[in-house]
Amino acid sequence: MTDTILEARDIHKSYGRGPARFEALTGVSLRVEAGESVAIVGKSGSGKSTLMHLLALLDSPDQGAVAIEGKVAGELSVRQVDRLRNTMFGFVFQQFFLIPSASVLDNVILPLKIARVAPRERHERGMAVLRQLELDDKAANKAVNLSGGQKQRVVIARALINEPRVIFADEPTGNLDTATGRLVEDILFRLNREQGITLVIVTHDTDLAARCDRQVIIRDGTLVAAPEGPLPPVVDPAAAHAGPAVTHA
Amino acid sequence: MRLVDLLRTAISNSLRSKLRTSLTVIAIFVGAFTLTMTSAIGTGITSYIGNQVASFGASDVLTVTRTADDQLASRDGPAPYDPDAPTLGGGGFGGGGGGGFAPTPLSDADLGTIAATPGILTVDPIVPIMPSYIQHAGGERFELSVNATAALGRVDLAAGSQLSTDGTRNEIVLPTSYLDALGFENAEAAVGQGVIIGITDYLGVMHEVEAVIVGVQNESLFGSTAALGRQLTDELVAIADTGRPESLRQGYFAATATFDPDAGAEEVTAIKAHLADQGFTAQTVADQIGILQTVIDGVILIFNGFAVIALLAASFGIVNTLLMSVQERTREIGLMKAMGMSGRTVFALFSVEAAFIGFLGSAIGALVAIMIGTLISGILADTVLSGLEGLQVMQFAPASVATIILIVMAIAFFAGTLPARRASRQDPIDALRYE
Ligand SMILES: Nc1ncnc2c1ncn2[C@@H]1O[C@H](COP(=O)(O)OP(=O)(O)OP(=O)(O)O)[C@@H](O)[C@H]1O
Ligand SMILES: [Mg+2]
Repeated sequence: MTDTILEARDIHKSYGRGPARFEALTGVSLRVEAGESVAIVGKSGSGKSTLMHLLALLDSPDQGAVAIEGKVAGELSVRQVDRLRNTMFGFVFQQFFLIPSASVLDNVILPLKIARVAPRERHERGMAVLRQLELDDKAANKAVNLSGGQKQRVVIARALINEPRVIFADEPTGNLDTATGRLVEDILFRLNREQGITLVIVTHDTDLAARCDRQVIIRDGTLVAAPEGPLPPVVDPAAAHAGPAVTHA
Repeated sequence: MRLVDLLRTAISNSLRSKLRTSLTVIAIFVGAFTLTMTSAIGTGITSYIGNQVASFGASDVLTVTRTADDQLASRDGPAPYDPDAPTLGGGGFGGGGGGGFAPTPLSDADLGTIAATPGILTVDPIVPIMPSYIQHAGGERFELSVNATAALGRVDLAAGSQLSTDGTRNEIVLPTSYLDALGFENAEAAVGQGVIIGITDYLGVMHEVEAVIVGVQNESLFGSTAALGRQLTDELVAIADTGRPESLRQGYFAATATFDPDAGAEEVTAIKAHLADQGFTAQTVADQIGILQTVIDGVILIFNGFAVIALLAASFGIVNTLLMSVQERTREIGLMKAMGMSGRTVFALFSVEAAFIGFLGSAIGALVAIMIGTLISGILADTVLSGLEGLQVMQFAPASVATIILIVMAIAFFAGTLPARRASRQDPIDALRYE
C-alpha cells in the first residue's frame, strides 16, 4: 500500500497580475499514498485551498506538475481530466452545494448522471449509498428541508456514489456544531479504514488534523513540515464512542 | 450526460423560477401568436383566391384590352383628334373607372388583329349589357347587373348547372343575393324557373325578354352579378342596338380571346408578348387575381414583420432570464463542473433550456391563436363575410404552425447561446470558493 496516488512536483500558483500579483503557492512538493489520510493545515490565506484545488485537478499550476497515479495532468486532455474527476474523486466542502429544489436522491446521483449511468442503476446505487449513511428514509425529501448534519451526510453520499479513490474535503466540519462535526469525521475515517479511500482534508481544526495519518503544514505558500512517508497511525480516541455508527453494508 | 437526462434537467431548471420563466414565455407568446394568426390569414385568403380562380375555370381565356395610352403621361397638352377612333357607346362601360379615364376601345379591326395573333383560337368582343330590371312571376322588379365576361367562364354554383355553351334557350345564372328578393325559398327552388328581363333599346323603348334560371351562383370576389348565356346575351345586345345609327356604332372596351387549353406557361407568355407588341394588354383570370394576391401578400408580410420584431424583443428577454439564472446557479454550475461535467454539456443545458422556453411560448401562442382564430373566422364567415361563401379568413395549416414553432425555438436557442457560453466558461473554483 505505498502506491503514490497524488503527487505535486514543485508547483507554483499565483493570482492576479502586475502589482496585484499574489503568489499563493511558491514551490510545493507533496506525495499522497493510496489509502492515506492527509490533513493540510495552516493559517487562513496560507494557500491550503489552492493546493487542494490543484491536487484535485480543479485548476492547473503555473509551474511544476501534478500527477495522478503517475500520469501528469497537464498532458491529459480536458475531457480526460473531467473524466478523472468524475470517476476518481469525491468532493466535500464546508458549504454543501446541494441543489435545494431537487430531492436528496437526485442530489446524490448527480455524478452518476454526469457519468451517463443508466437510470435504474443510478437509483439502486443512490439508495445503497443513502442506506449506508442512514438517509434512505429521506431520499424523496427536498434537500433544502434537511438539517445541517443531514445535509453534510448527503454531500458525503454524493461524494461516495461514484466509488471514488480519493475524497477531497475542504473544511468539512466548518459549518457544523462540534457533535455533528464529529459524526461526519467518523464517517470519513471509517470510509478511509474500511474502503481504503484516500482522504485529503483541509482544516483549521487541530483535533481533526490529529486524527489523520499525516499532517502537512503550509505557511505563506510553502510547506514547513511534510514528514516523509506516512506516520504510524494515531490511536483514534473518537472511534470508540462514535454516535450513530455507520453501518457497513 | 445522457440526452434524456439533459432534456429533463434543462426543463426542470426552466421551471425552477416560475415567475421569471412565465414572463419570458408571455413575451414569446405574443410574437408566436401574431405570426400564427397572420400566416393563417395568408393561408385562408390564398386558398380562397385559389378556389375562385379554379371555379372561374377559364384558364384558356385571355381578357384583351388596348394598352392604356402610354403617351398620356409624357404628352404635353391634349391628344390630337382622330375622327376614325372608335367610341364607347351608351355612356361608357359600367359607369367608368372614375376621373373620366376610360380605356381606348377596341375596333372591329383590332378584333381582327387579335384573331390573327398566332396561338389565338377565337375572339369575342365583350359588350356591356345594361338591362333595366329583372322580374319573377309578376312580382317586384329589381335592378340587374350583369357580368359581361361570365359567358366564357364557369362559376361557383350553389345549385343548378353551368351555362351551356351551345344553348338554344335564354339561360341565366343568378347570384344567391337575388333569391329572397325574387321570392325563391332557396337555391334549388329557383333552378328551372322563368324570369323576365327588361331592357331599353337605343330609342328608349322598353322590351321584355324571357329567360330560364339554370343555376344559382355563390357570391364571389367579383361581386353579385348575374351571368347570361350566349343566346340571351345576343338577344339583349340586339335589342340594345335597335335604332342605333350606323355612324354611332360603338367599339368594345375589351375582348375575350381563347387559346389552346393545353398551352404551357411559356406559350401563354409568348401570346401575351405578341399582343403587347401590337398595343394590347392580355391577362388571364389568374393574372387579374394575382394582383389582388400580391397586395394581400404585402399586407401579411408587414404583419409578419411586426411579429418578428416582437420575437426579437422577446429573445432579449430570454437572454436576460438566462443570464440571471446563470448568475444564481454559479455554485451549482461550478459543482457540476468539479464533478466532471464538461463545458459542452453545461452549454447544452442552458441552450436547451432557452429552446424549451421558446417552445413553451410558441406552442401556447400557436394553440391560443388556433382556438381564437377558428372562433373569429367562424363568426366572420357567418356575419360580415357571409356574402363571400367559402371564405374562411383564417386557415391553420399544420406545416406552417410547426414551422413557426421551430423558428421561434431556433431564435430562442440562439438567444440562449450567450448565457450558455458564459455558464460553460465558468471556472469551478470561483464557484467553490466561499466568500
Ligand atoms: N482568485 C484569486 N484571486 C486573487 N487572490 C486569490 C484568489 N484565490 C486565492 N487568492 C489568494 O491566495 C491566497 C491563498 O488562498 P487560499 O484560499 O488557498 O487560502 P486558504 O489557506 O485556503 O485560506 P482559508 O483557510 O481562509 O480558506 C489568499 O491570500 C487568497 O487571498
Ligand atoms: Mg480555504
